[in-house]
Amino acid sequence: MLSKEEAKRITDKILSFSKADELSVSLSGDRTGNIRYARNTVSTSGETTNMGLAVTAVFGKRSGTATLNEFDDASLEKVVRRAEEIARLAPENPEFVPGLGPQAYLNTNPYADSTAKIDPDYRAKAAFDSIEVCAKKNLTAAGYMEDTAGFTAIANSKGLFGYNRATGVDFSVTVRTADGTGSGYALRDVTDTAQLNTRQATEVAAQKAAASVNAKALEPGKYTVILEPAASIDLLGNMLFSMDGRSADEGRSFLSKKGGGTRLGEKLFDERVTIYSDPMNAEIPGSPFAGGGGRFGGAGVDGRPQKRMTWVDKGVVKNMFFSRYWAEKKGVEAVPPPSGIIFAGGNESLADLIKSTQKGILVTRLWYIRAVDPQTLLYTGLTRDGTFYIENGQIKYPVKNFRFNESPVIMLNNLEALGKPVRVNGSLVPPMKIRDFTFSSLSDAV
Amino acid sequence: MNRRHFNNLLGMGTAGLMLPSLPSLGRNVDPAVLLETGLDVAVKKRLADAALNAAKAKGATYTDVRIGRYLNQFVVTREDKVQNIVNTESYGVGVRVIANGCWGFAAVVDAKNETDMARAAEQAVAIAKANAKLLKEPVQLAPQKGYGEVSWKAPIQKNAFEVPIKEKVDLLLGVNASAMKNGANYVNSVLFMVNEQKYFASTDGTYADQDIHRIWPIFNVTCIDKTSGKFETRNALSSPMGMGYEYLQVNPADKVTGITTRYNKGYDMLEDVTAAAQQAKQKLSAKSVEAGKYDLVLDPSHLWLTIHESVGHPLELDRVLGYEANFAGTSFATLDKWQSKNFQYGSKLVNLVADKKQIGSLGAVGYDDEGVATKNWDLVRDGVLVNYQAIRDQAAIIGEKESHGCCYADSWGTVQFQRMPNVSLEAGKTPLSVQDMIKDVKKGIYIVGDGSFSIDQQRYNFQFGGQLYYEIKDGQIAGMLKDVAYQSNTQEFWNSCTAICDERDYRLGGSFFDGKGQPSQSSAVSHGSSTARFNGVNVINTGRKI
Repeated sequence: MLSKEEAKRITDKILSFSKADELSVSLSGDRTGNIRYARNTVSTSGETTNMGLAVTAVFGKRSGTATLNEFDDASLEKVVRRAEEIARLAPENPEFVPGLGPQAYLNTNPYADSTAKIDPDYRAKAAFDSIEVCAKKNLTAAGYMEDTAGFTAIANSKGLFGYNRATGVDFSVTVRTADGTGSGYALRDVTDTAQLNTRQATEVAAQKAAASVNAKALEPGKYTVILEPAASIDLLGNMLFSMDGRSADEGRSFLSKKGGGTRLGEKLFDERVTIYSDPMNAEIPGSPFAGGGGRFGGAGVDGRPQKRMTWVDKGVVKNMFFSRYWAEKKGVEAVPPPSGIIFAGGNESLADLIKSTQKGILVTRLWYIRAVDPQTLLYTGLTRDGTFYIENGQIKYPVKNFRFNESPVIMLNNLEALGKPVRVNGSLVPPMKIRDFTFSSLSDAV
Repeated sequence: MNRRHFNNLLGMGTAGLMLPSLPSLGRNVDPAVLLETGLDVAVKKRLADAALNAAKAKGATYTDVRIGRYLNQFVVTREDKVQNIVNTESYGVGVRVIANGCWGFAAVVDAKNETDMARAAEQAVAIAKANAKLLKEPVQLAPQKGYGEVSWKAPIQKNAFEVPIKEKVDLLLGVNASAMKNGANYVNSVLFMVNEQKYFASTDGTYADQDIHRIWPIFNVTCIDKTSGKFETRNALSSPMGMGYEYLQVNPADKVTGITTRYNKGYDMLEDVTAAAQQAKQKLSAKSVEAGKYDLVLDPSHLWLTIHESVGHPLELDRVLGYEANFAGTSFATLDKWQSKNFQYGSKLVNLVADKKQIGSLGAVGYDDEGVATKNWDLVRDGVLVNYQAIRDQAAIIGEKESHGCCYADSWGTVQFQRMPNVSLEAGKTPLSVQDMIKDVKKGIYIVGDGSFSIDQQRYNFQFGGQLYYEIKDGQIAGMLKDVAYQSNTQEFWNSCTAICDERDYRLGGSFFDGKGQPSQSSAVSHGSSTARFNGVNVINTGRKI
């Protein structure tokens, strides 16, 4: 892990070798560890440390990228020369946009020392805590924990410099009964590992596994559902990351309008739907700047500052994100996609939502979600690892899993209630009660 | 991590084509590097022996070493623009050992000398010994004879990396131009090319040097109807293949004519994109399907994915045993069903075979990633479940004396585990053409190309879409349909198979990026079949208004 000063020393050095019209550098390093277990025993664990550098040289509208993982002066100069050679040979990119000058970045600080210090013993203990809960109850745990601590530095010859360090831990566990007739799940992600308790998470999954035995079959059809955040996050994420302005302008997005143009400014959802992003949110601190260039989307440093952005306000589409090229062409602000979303909710807990439900189905997790129709954002997938029938405010019995065919756009028009948002996969999402959610068939899977 | 999750989502949301994330792309290189030969085989043997000896000295009872050089070239375009050209090389060494009855694995990037090799071996032993403390049952490896010094090369005709990038760019831009000329509003096209140079050595006495090539040309055409605001797409009907650039040579003998042209071992990308643009436009005004039961006639360009999801994955023994429970899931095809010897997976016509040898397939290699010579074996014979996919530390569980030879790691830096071999539906034994099959169908849908796919975590309930749907009425094609997806249950579906065309129609489809494991690894696998008929399958209408 390089400090800001150490990283800057390297990026400055690289920039000093430039003979190109423009040079940009992205330097990043991380240490990632993981532990995987199944059948109540550890199956694999490992740790890798990486540091890498990508240099993009530009001549006119031609650019070339070279990468490297050695950091002596001679190697640094060599990588610049190679990037320049590749750039000279590259075809012109008609969508080329020059790099940004110096930017002011927020101090978002998505980093915790405790996570950076995770070692193999810590991982073994986390797995042991989870397995122990299950072994004692004759249940079977399969889980995975992955921790990362890393930094990114970006710089270019026009004076741009940004540095960010981040940590994160992802933990998931599936608990099954010994006879395979019950299954439960829990998902956690944190910046600071002090907030992760694998025992507690596993207890939730274990309780769901035991409670889901002897599931009854209900007829497929339209039901009121309560989607836990781990169930709705993928549908919501898919929708938000489909809010690309260029696709909408081109007429091939759910935000494209009949006859041309986009649905920006239209009320597309229930008025209680407000979705925003905020890199300064303490629960999901984000990156201060947009990514360091994509593998396929064109090389080079992006570097646009991240700031608070409202995507949907009271049901109305307020913003879409754009590439810098497209934004310039359209004369709009080049808003980058966010690093996490915040779906505003209320104060009710999941238990409160259940209590206020006459008849409905509680969904722990949705699985194998795939787009069926990009025009309507129709998705299909299945419930998994804890699906329960609710009647008169109480969980009555487990039900067999369903396949759903539903669009998050339709779903967010059929909103009944929102609970208090919780962190899931780097976003904040409330448990939500939805009416007329479409289950199209039954699955025998447990 | 947020970033990773986000990148995945972004890839889906903004690109016309879903581009994969690859774990082991390695470093960007000059395209000329892709033509350099790697280390000499004698050097690789010397390095491998250094690791084998170092592990033994530290107490390993078994060791294997993989020295890998992985080369990739991707050319990415849209309309009249080259979006990206990616050339990468990744080189390193992975050492796997058994010590104190437990597996241990360690990898070193750019390992070039005996010291690096010994370091990896010693680290692997240390990890094995640490993990052994939590071990419940020691690893039981099926015996494996050593083959000595052997080699295997994919029988390609033209190394794709030898073809100048300009020629590839010209091909893709020509494809895009043809799409636009034929009415497309947008088009993306990509050429993926991969070369795996792998060296395997183990304490069993095998030293295997292998050279594997893969290629996948794809496109995605979009047509928009401005007045209605509707858009439709049509993807390429190509297959990813274990071939060189010869896959892109146009050969009339490789074309399957019919309602639309499909391709066998040679792909005419220009012809396909021309048809695609016209068909995407046609889809805009196609009739929306009426939901209900239909007899389905499924082309191999579609059926491969149904085979992959409903046969390939549920018969992976590690899934059956629960090792993938937290991610991919488990399997309905439990050991008791297999032990009963009468579990009717499909109708009597259905024979599903596993294979790691078929020439031109993605799964073909000489030896797997634990030094087992590859083979073919039955999974389902005359409709009955007869076997699984097992590697060396699983063979004993199903009473096999040796591994099936289907162990794979996607990089030198990842640990090998059980991966799907090619799994294919055998062609029908009695002569039957697609035309004759359709003649017998009263109310049906003919589906070409793969589309949306989803299946539950035990592989019972699935839903599939396609690229092109044609209504069959009283033995005749009645016109194009849209908004089609079918839902079924694996066992019901395969038992509803009433006819399979003969071997004249047999073709391969496949997946270039099949994901499994945590952290996820990618593998490439082919699935062959002839056109097959499935009776009375539930079809839903996927049209919605928002």
